[in-house]
Amino acid sequence: MTALTPISRTPTSFYVPVVAAAGAFAGLLVGTSQGSSVLGVVVGAALMGVVALLLTQVLGNEKIGRWGLFGLLLIAGIFMAGIPGAIVGALFGWFFGWFTFWLFEGRYRAKLAPYLTPGQVLWHFAFRVICGAIFVFLITPILVVMPLSFNAENFFTFTPEMLRFDPAGYSLKHYRDFLTNSDWQNALRNSILIAPAATVLSVGFGTLAAIGLSQPHVPFRRAIMAILISPMIVPLIISAAGMYFFYSRIGLQGTYFGVVLAHAALGIPFVIITVTATLVGFDRSLTRAAANMGANPVTTFFRVQMPLILPGVISGALFAFITSFDEVVVVLFVGSAGQKTLPWQMFTGLREQISPTILAVATILVAVSIVLLTVVEMLRRRSERLRGMSPG
Amino acid sequence: MTPMKTILTTTALTFAAGFANAQDMAKDMTLVSWGGAYQKSQDLAYVQPYLEMHPEVSATWDSSSNEAVAKLRAMNEAGNVTWDVVDVVASDAIRLCDEGLAMEIDPDTQLAAAPDGTSAADDFGDLLVSDCFIPQIVYSTTAAYRPDLLPADAPAPDSICAMFDMETYPGKRTLEKRPINNMEWALLCDGVAKDEVYDVLATEEGQQRGLAKLDTIKDQVVWWSAAAEPPQLLADGEIVMGTSYNGRWFSAIEEQGQPFKMLWDAQVFDLDGWIIPAGLSDERKARALDFIMFATDTQRLADQAAYISYGPARASSAPLVGQHAELGIDMAPHMPTDPNNAKNTFLYNYEFWADYRDDIDAKFQSWLAK
Repeated sequence: MTALTPISRTPTSFYVPVVAAAGAFAGLLVGTSQGSSVLGVVVGAALMGVVALLLTQVLGNEKIGRWGLFGLLLIAGIFMAGIPGAIVGALFGWFFGWFTFWLFEGRYRAKLAPYLTPGQVLWHFAFRVICGAIFVFLITPILVVMPLSFNAENFFTFTPEMLRFDPAGYSLKHYRDFLTNSDWQNALRNSILIAPAATVLSVGFGTLAAIGLSQPHVPFRRAIMAILISPMIVPLIISAAGMYFFYSRIGLQGTYFGVVLAHAALGIPFVIITVTATLVGFDRSLTRAAANMGANPVTTFFRVQMPLILPGVISGALFAFITSFDEVVVVLFVGSAGQKTLPWQMFTGLREQISPTILAVATILVAVSIVLLTVVEMLRRRSERLRGMSPG
Repeated sequence: MTPMKTILTTTALTFAAGFANAQDMAKDMTLVSWGGAYQKSQDLAYVQPYLEMHPEVSATWDSSSNEAVAKLRAMNEAGNVTWDVVDVVASDAIRLCDEGLAMEIDPDTQLAAAPDGTSAADDFGDLLVSDCFIPQIVYSTTAAYRPDLLPADAPAPDSICAMFDMETYPGKRTLEKRPINNMEWALLCDGVAKDEVYDVLATEEGQQRGLAKLDTIKDQVVWWSAAAEPPQLLADGEIVMGTSYNGRWFSAIEEQGQPFKMLWDAQVFDLDGWIIPAGLSDERKARALDFIMFATDTQRLADQAAYISYGPARASSAPLVGQHAELGIDMAPHMPTDPNNAKNTFLYNYEFWADYRDDIDAKFQSWLAK
């Protein structure tokens, strides 16, 4: 992207306080970990303010200044806390070097429209910082789990060895436990049996229901829709208790088929909603055209309608699959120990013995989910491209 | 009928009965226990050996003992009892027995006698606290601490009252989120004599006194509900001392090498054992009884102590307790019943808590929420 606005150096009274404020924030983090937040804020602000002034007014050379700060804080980090300190120091050094010159040279203004007021410029960056903070808030709990799953200890704790990046602090034993322990293997097998079966049922029934309910001549459409969607709205524990007593009477409690049916009931609303949404954009005259050319309704459905609503069906299927794969409340009621699924095993594991094997499983599941979603998205884009629906 | 003929007939009948029984027993068993190291010790000590003796049988574990009472009630209401033997603490067994959800057991005919011929009733003795309850182990709820997190000049804690001494031992502690044990300890440390604790606790003032004592440390307490939490918290350094079951502490200290120290003072003994749910079909009941007969005999209970530091419930098992199956250390000094550990113990009063539990529970919960 080319520069929109000519840039010029900013006055000291602007960039030094801003860098000092960022320094205060970094100082807060370091200070809190060292025991005194207030001291950290004061020292951080003063230090970074002075550094900004020195880099720009005394040194002047950007390249030397940035590398110098990087090296300096890296070494300071080593003296404070060894290798982890060095990494944190180096990150701070890189950031503050870049940040100082970014503000000093006025580069932050380059890619923004020239007519923006200072308030709008501030909001432009504040908006991005807020978005970033929300992203960090959402993703940190997932990321923290990953290094902990390589813990050599049997606790959810970052041991001193781990923080020193000592290889002895890490091990694959929790992954080994997952792959060799029969409890976990049975749970994995059950999940792999139950989730796809429930997904197939949900997709079949959900798609048919959505197509039927989108026909204008069906009576009581809204009432039927509300009933079909209700498993999503009613608290799960209510559905689960109801299913437990009903399935017990008819002999489905504690069977694979019972769990599959229960999970299918939970998955159907997702399929109905996504398929209904894609049907809104579906042109009815296409089915009439197909009928006009002699295709029977079944052929019309599979050759004309299905390919067009496929994206909705696939995303509904994904939701239904994840619902079944993640579900713990209903399976606790409807299943018995023989149908113990992965979430159930994780739930009891967390309560009875806090073992990092749970973290290893969580890491594997996160990796599988990412791969699965990526593959589906790539396939979807590819098929859209092949059918000429999108230019990319 | 001649005596000889009688013996022959009886033997033949016994064999026939035994044969018929083996035919009529169910082939699947669902065993319910607590998960973790405890369930593992049961699996290794008697479930796997039982399955080896009976290759036609398959067993499934369900780690649901925590909610056993609620689940058994629901199963009973739905007319669909899917559990065959259930491991519960004694107080739960008493409740289940009172509600008719557990089957009554006759120790003399349905449990194995000791090797020296002592009847099961005498061998278990006072531990048979309910007609439905088959005791397995004696465990204790006791305290442990991290010496490295206590002030360097503080003396090593030697009394449960260290839990209430915020001046000498500052820092967070963890206690179980229920009044049982905590109220007794609070009163003990408030100066009530050990044999008067339950008399005091039966009165309204006594209950308020216990809560007032707990109030002095309330803002420093992390409440736990699963016994796995205290070792995790102590290993993390989130707390400096706490209570849990002695087997959990043993596992953290000896098997995981954590730098904890046990504080056995005023440990509270409790019992854990099997019940058989009421309303099983004849085949499943026969299988459950056959398993229980094997799993609670003298040798099997002693074997279990090789995997976890809980005391066997039979008097005749105690001399057979050997070494830890993997570490090879003597298990006897780690048993809650060892004389060195049991210098000052506290006997949990089942009758008192059966009568007062709901009332004190309600007061404790509203105090917690304050």
